[in-house]
Order: sequence, then C-alpha cells, then structure tokens
Amino acid sequence: MAEKKEILLSIQNLSFSFDTQRGVVNAVRDISLDIRKGETLTLVGESGCGKSVTAHAINQLNPMPPGKVDHGKIMFRGTDLLTLKRHEIEKLRGTQISMIFQEPMTALNPVFTVGTQIADVFMTHQHMTKQEAMERTIDLFKLVKIPAPERRVNSYPHQLSGGMRQRAMIAMALASPEPGLMIADEPTTALDVTIQAQILDLLNDLKHKIEMSILLITHDMGVVAEMADRVVVMYAGRKVEEADVFSIFETPRHPYTLGLLNSLPSNTKYKNARRLEAITGTVPDMRTIGAGCPFENRCAYASQKCGQEFPAETVLSESHSVWCHNYHMVKEG
Amino acid sequence: MKSSETMDIPRIKEPTPLQETWYHLKKNKGAMTGLGIITMFVLMAIFAPLVSPRDPLAQQISERLTPMFTNGYIFGTDDLGRDMLSRLIYGARISMTIGVVSVGISLFFGIIIGVTSAYYGGTFDKIVMRLIDIMLAFPYILLTIVIVSLLGPSLTNAMVAIGISQVPRYARVVRASVLAEKESDYVLAEKALGAGNFELMFLTILPNCLSPTIVQATLGVGEAILNSAGLSFLGLGAQPPTPEWGLMIASSKQFITNAWWIVTLPGLAILLAVLGFNLFGDGLRDILDPKMRN
Repeated sequence: MAEKKEILLSIQNLSFSFDTQRGVVNAVRDISLDIRKGETLTLVGESGCGKSVTAHAINQLNPMPPGKVDHGKIMFRGTDLLTLKRHEIEKLRGTQISMIFQEPMTALNPVFTVGTQIADVFMTHQHMTKQEAMERTIDLFKLVKIPAPERRVNSYPHQLSGGMRQRAMIAMALASPEPGLMIADEPTTALDVTIQAQILDLLNDLKHKIEMSILLITHDMGVVAEMADRVVVMYAGRKVEEADVFSIFETPRHPYTLGLLNSLPSNTKYKNARRLEAITGTVPDMRTIGAGCPFENRCAYASQKCGQEFPAETVLSESHSVWCHNYHMVKEG
Repeated sequence: MKSSETMDIPRIKEPTPLQETWYHLKKNKGAMTGLGIITMFVLMAIFAPLVSPRDPLAQQISERLTPMFTNGYIFGTDDLGRDMLSRLIYGARISMTIGVVSVGISLFFGIIIGVTSAYYGGTFDKIVMRLIDIMLAFPYILLTIVIVSLLGPSLTNAMVAIGISQVPRYARVVRASVLAEKESDYVLAEKALGAGNFELMFLTILPNCLSPTIVQATLGVGEAILNSAGLSFLGLGAQPPTPEWGLMIASSKQFITNAWWIVTLPGLAILLAVLGFNLFGDGLRDILDPKMRN
C-alpha cells in the first residue's frame, strides 16, 4: 500500500463544463484527487462520466471553448496549472506530464516513421542532434521491449501491430527529461487481452524503474486490480468513492462501485456460478442533472433524500471515502 | 550493432512511401505518358542552349517563312527568319518557369491561408473564407487581367498575377483536408507532447494533407502554362521578342494562311505541355487516393 509520499498532483474541487449548442454540460463536478509520487491512481467509470475530461483538464487538452473551467485548482509541483499561460503549459506537456492515448491506431502520425516522431520529441524538448535523438529512441524502444528496435524505428505506424504501436506510444510518452506524471487514457482498451496484459506489465515495470506517477483511466475493473494503488470511482461527473485498491474490491461502499464489481465475471468458476449482473438504466443526461445524487434513478438503495441533495463525504477509514447517503446498507454481494 | 532479437527476424525491406507511389505510377499508362512529356519539356528547358540548333533571337530576313524541313530548318522559320525549333525549345524554358513559379506563389499563400484558416476556425475562418469566395466569384481570366494591368504587362508580372489569382483554389483544397485531419488523435497526441500551434499546423497536420495538394499543383502547372500563353497572346504577358509560345502565336497570326507552321507549332507545344501535366496530375490523383487503389 502507498506510504505517505509527497503529493505530485492535486486536483482541488475542479468543475469543468462544456457550453454546447444544446445546453451546458457539466462534465466534471467538484472533483478532488491527489496523486502521490510513484503511485498509480485509477479513475474508473463508464463512458461519458468525465474521466477523460478530468485527465485532459490537467494538461489542458480539452477544447476551450466550448470547454470551460468553472472553478477549482490543479496543483502540480507547486504551481496551479490553470493559471499558466499557453506557452508555459506547452512546455510542461511532454516534459513533465506525458500522455498515452486509447487508440494506438490513430494516435501516431501516419506520414512519419515512429522513430522520427519520437526523435522529434527529444529534439524539441532537449535540443539533441538528430543522431543522439535516434540513439535515445532506440534505447527507449528497448525499454518498452519492442523487438528489433534498430529496424522498427524506421517503420511507419501502419506497418506495426496494435500492441507494437501502443509500445511506441509509451516510448513517446517516456521521451521526456523528467517523466513525472503519465496520464494513460484507456491505454489497453483497443488491444486484445494478451497484449493488454503485456502492456500493463510494461507500465508497472516502468513505474518502478523510473519512479513516475500514473493516472490511469479505465472502465475495466480487471485493469484496476492489476494496476492501481488507489482508485477513484466517478459517476456522471462526480466522485462517488475513493479508496485503496484492496478496499474497493473487498468492501465497496457505493452502490455504483458494487454494481461495477458485480458486472465482472467471477473467476470462482462453477462454485459460485451466477448470471452477470448489469446496472439497470442508463447514465442520466448530463444537461439535466439536478442537485441530487446522479445515480439515484438507477440505485437499488435510493431513498428520498438521494434525489434532493448530493451526499457529503463519509470517511470510512484513512484511505477510504464514500459519497452516499445509504452507504451503510451496501454490503458486498 | 545487431541486438540478439534482430538475428532471427527475416529482413523484409519495407517500401518507403515514395517507392510505393512509384510502383503504382509505373502501372498507370496515362501518368507515365504525362511524366514522359513533362520530362521531355523539362530537359529541353534545362539544356536549351545545348539542344537548340540556332540562336532563337537571330533574324535571317532572307530566309523568312521557310517551310518545315527545308534548308536545314526542321520546323521552318517565322516571319523574321528566326529558327522555329530553337524558339520552341527556348519557349519551353519560359513556360516551365511560369508554371513552376506561379504555382509556387499560389501554393505558398494557399497553404498558409488554408492551414491557418482551418486550424483556428471560428470567426477568423469565416472572414478568410468569405474573402476567398469573393476572389473565386471573379472570372479567373478577368482577375488575372486586372492584376496584370495594375502591375504592368511583363512576364514576371504575369506569373505573379496567375499565381495570385489561383490562390483561392489551393486555399480551399488545403483547408478541406486540414479540417478533416485536425481532429485526428495524432494531433491531440502531438499536442500532449508539447507541440505548439505552428508545429501542429505545418509539421503535423500539413504533411498529411499533401497528396490532394500535390495533385492540384500538378494540374495547376498545366493550367498556368495555358493561362500565361493566353495573357501573352493578349499582349499582357511576355513582350517581343521573347520566344514565349502564346506570344509567338499572337505575333504570327496574320500568317496563318500562307505559313501555317509558325502559328500551329507553338499551339501544339502548348497543347502537349498542358496535356502532359494533366495526364500526370490525373494519374497522381488516382494513385494518391487510397480509395481509388485496388
């Protein structure tokens, strides 16, 4: 479990909204989270719950406008990222905060070789010569275990397999002088299971080798179990539960977290064989969410209070908090 | 150099994009014909002093209007006794220059306008595109004539005029493909790596938009040659005694009944050059568009 290490990134009461033609979408509401040095924090939730918006708010990749920070702070190594000027944030991107994307198929520029693209990062941020940059790129390819790195640097993205491309993406994210924080936005969603395991192993491996923090976004509880130190569960733009990885799996206290866990196939094979449960209903329209708990309409434990106000934080233990009025009713299984 | 992992992997040479294009080009007869014609004219232009039998400006009044294949004049002489073959060869030099320079001008401005307009979008895009629309609303030749009459008739000004009046077309083509590319993940990925606006526009997105632009430019060279010939014919381009094809037609048109070759041959040269660029451009379009490929 994570010891109390120095906090690298701290998001404080961040709200982010998009002013669309069909109304204001409050994509992220009042999210706070801390990432410590060398820690992996996973952000879990279903599609459209604001995971990516939260992550993109950190290095300001959300399109603004229509996006807008309503309030909040994002403290990174002592500065509030939201107050930085454009060129200052550009300097941070790719040097201290790097990013891996979901789709390795489309996240590499198709007209350049992967080697050139990574070497470019070295050349712009660290002013290396082309040859130095290429050598460093080959080293990185070795680090991310791409076979035949000397040859692969000269490949175009379409000549590589999905797993290989994702490795190249990771290499690209590592091409920074001081990789502090790596934001991995569903890095394994587009990959098949065996490759997925390899990529996750690789990330874990790298985390220990170069002591970086990972903000991992996923909707796959399997990935969470594999990777996370701590877990933040999001629903409809809200943080609903935060805990260390063991508490999340053993004693989930939010009905939504429980629902997510129940919708996983159990690995106890025939003994406790059961039908997979799905969470009934759909995510509410983000434009019409009221003051209450957004999960109220799908929640088996909902009471009248739930529709009226969003619950305050209940601290269950040092590393476990939940935002639910009826958390005491939620028992596993 | 080789790592242990390299050893047992069979070495397959991956073709570079250029090699791949060349491979498809070789199979396209039209494009190859076009390329052949273009190469011929380009070589003629470069080696004009070596391949032309005589001085294109030297007048030999006693031998004026010599028909083709007589007295050692393969293509005959014009009304001032100048060797037609030499004049046509030197004309290639002028036409190729016009084609390349004017397309270069339109490409330069068209790319800058198209990329920035699509990239920044919003009000800036709207204003720029409406201005481009206004330019497009003028008949092309009228616009060129206006610019030339403002600058004064000369070959250089004709190139500038043709270049400027074609800018809207390139701007539109570039803008359309940038719009399609700028939402791609790799642009966001590059941004996440710290690329600034300039880098994103011209080093990340633009290279992905080159193929339609190259096609447009190739077709544009042919058109520019045709247009400059037209301007010269009207007296707004090259001035005598420059051996410009359009001008050659204009200055000898009264001889069409008794010395057809002085009018016809420059016309054929224009036709051939434009045809070459059009064939090649069409072929390139087929090759560079992945949807048209097998």
